[in-house]
Amino acid sequence: MKSFDGFKAVNNANLDVQKGEIIAVIGPNGAGKTTLFNLISGILKPDSGQVLFKGEDITGLSPHEVCRKRISRSFQVVNVFNRLTIFENTQISILSRERHTWNLFTPSSTLAVDETNELLKNVGLYEKKDSVSGSLSHGDRKVLEIAMALGGNPEFLILDEPTAGMSPEETTRCINLIQGLREKFGLTILFCEHDMEIVFGIASRIMVMVRGATIVQGTCEEVRCNEAVQDAYLGGSDVCLM
Amino acid sequence: MATGILNGKGRIWLIVALVALCLVPFALPRFYVYLLSIILLYGLFAMSNNFPLGFGGIYQLHHAVFYGVGAYGTALVITKSGLSPWLAFLVGPLVAAALSLVMGLICIRLSKLYFGMLQISLGSLVWAVVYRWYSFTGGDDGIHGISVPDIISSYQGAYYFTLVVTAVSLFILYRILKSPYGSTLQGIRDNPVRSAMIGVNVKRHQLLALIIAGFFAGVAGTLFVVVDNTVFPDMMFWTLSMEAVIMCLLGGWLTFLGPMLGAALIVLIRTFVSTYTVYWALVLGIIFMLVIFFLPNGVLGWIETLFKGKTKLVEAKE
Repeated sequence: MKSFDGFKAVNNANLDVQKGEIIAVIGPNGAGKTTLFNLISGILKPDSGQVLFKGEDITGLSPHEVCRKRISRSFQVVNVFNRLTIFENTQISILSRERHTWNLFTPSSTLAVDETNELLKNVGLYEKKDSVSGSLSHGDRKVLEIAMALGGNPEFLILDEPTAGMSPEETTRCINLIQGLREKFGLTILFCEHDMEIVFGIASRIMVMVRGATIVQGTCEEVRCNEAVQDAYLGGSDVCLM
Repeated sequence: MATGILNGKGRIWLIVALVALCLVPFALPRFYVYLLSIILLYGLFAMSNNFPLGFGGIYQLHHAVFYGVGAYGTALVITKSGLSPWLAFLVGPLVAAALSLVMGLICIRLSKLYFGMLQISLGSLVWAVVYRWYSFTGGDDGIHGISVPDIISSYQGAYYFTLVVTAVSLFILYRILKSPYGSTLQGIRDNPVRSAMIGVNVKRHQLLALIIAGFFAGVAGTLFVVVDNTVFPDMMFWTLSMEAVIMCLLGGWLTFLGPMLGAALIVLIRTFVSTYTVYWALVLGIIFMLVIFFLPNGVLGWIETLFKGKTKLVEAKE
């Protein structure tokens, strides 16, 4: 549970994720999806409740400690190093994973270069690697977000609205990327999204949040025709979502 | 981003500049050699300020404390102990770095402007102690006639010593900026939340930046002792810190050598304008306002964009 000045942003949310799954969290604006992600990734500390990862209690760890457990995330609002190039952005993430950030005297230009290039090729940003990230299009910056999260070599990847604000082509590219990640690296992915087409297209299970609470958790079919979900989303109409 | 001044054309310019600087004492009269020593050590002071400010995004607003404490550290070891002055030159910067660690541990809990404000208050406290403690620091008189080893006691000797130490310090700072730590620090400047989320302990990395900055400010303070043979409490007064920040902004706080250029501009304005009017700061203020309005990236930042613009044009033509 997490409250801000008495407003309960996340209250009675529960979610369990199995290895290798793609889980979607959906819910109306202000349902507490991002707050939930912030609680998991350590940016916020819960007032009560627990976050377990592989059986280990990670509740209340700071973000860099959570990251060390091989949990990475991207942000809904683009959060990259604006004055650095795409290459540097990604490289720093890899260097951090390899615990090189206290190294004062080896030139960065000799470290993790191949791995950075490889990762950028995987996400399709290699051609633009020397552009300063602040000058890129919104879609490319969102992909860079994912690349930086991947630099930590995560087992568990949290994506907060990965396609928000993207053009249709960029969205397709991003979705293919996410699906490819699961297939290639066996990643477990948790994401939230407003576009139901994407949600039902790639999620193996869905969790629905309304006013900070989990109302349903289940497979796409279970969620699709659930009455509580229809109440929350469609004001009680009796059509199935999608 | 620090520019690649150590490769290709940059390296040639660097060697030319160093040779020219080495020849200065043969070509110019004593006053100008002294002035150049002051520019070099103020430049080092400003660049050490810019390390956390421009590359770490930390509001290092009272950097003069570390400069002053470094100078006093060196001066006190020379005058109050029987130790070799060469050893004193090392003690000064280390004391400054230690103070930076202690103040950093307290201030780093806050961020942005709150950090700067707390640093100014704590720094003013240090200044007040030095200003009042007559029996130990000489109070507002400071300490005069500090003797330095014979080989660097002449004005040429002091100049060469300043030149060598500044060059070595800048080389070390440059290497650090190009290291993984330097990249990480610049990442923290651009986005601390994201840095934490890729596994970086933000506060500890910032603390190291403060210690490094404090050390090199102490080096600059020690160089002042060598060049001027005096220390006085004004060296750690907050107005000097503001001057250092202006040097960074004037020269270009996102460039490596910008603060050095800013230091040169300020020292020259102060020296030459103050022969005509006591209101030299008024001239500086007007220039500073114009620079902020028209060259928001500072003078060197502006020159760099010009250069990059040109190379882009050439590429396009080809």
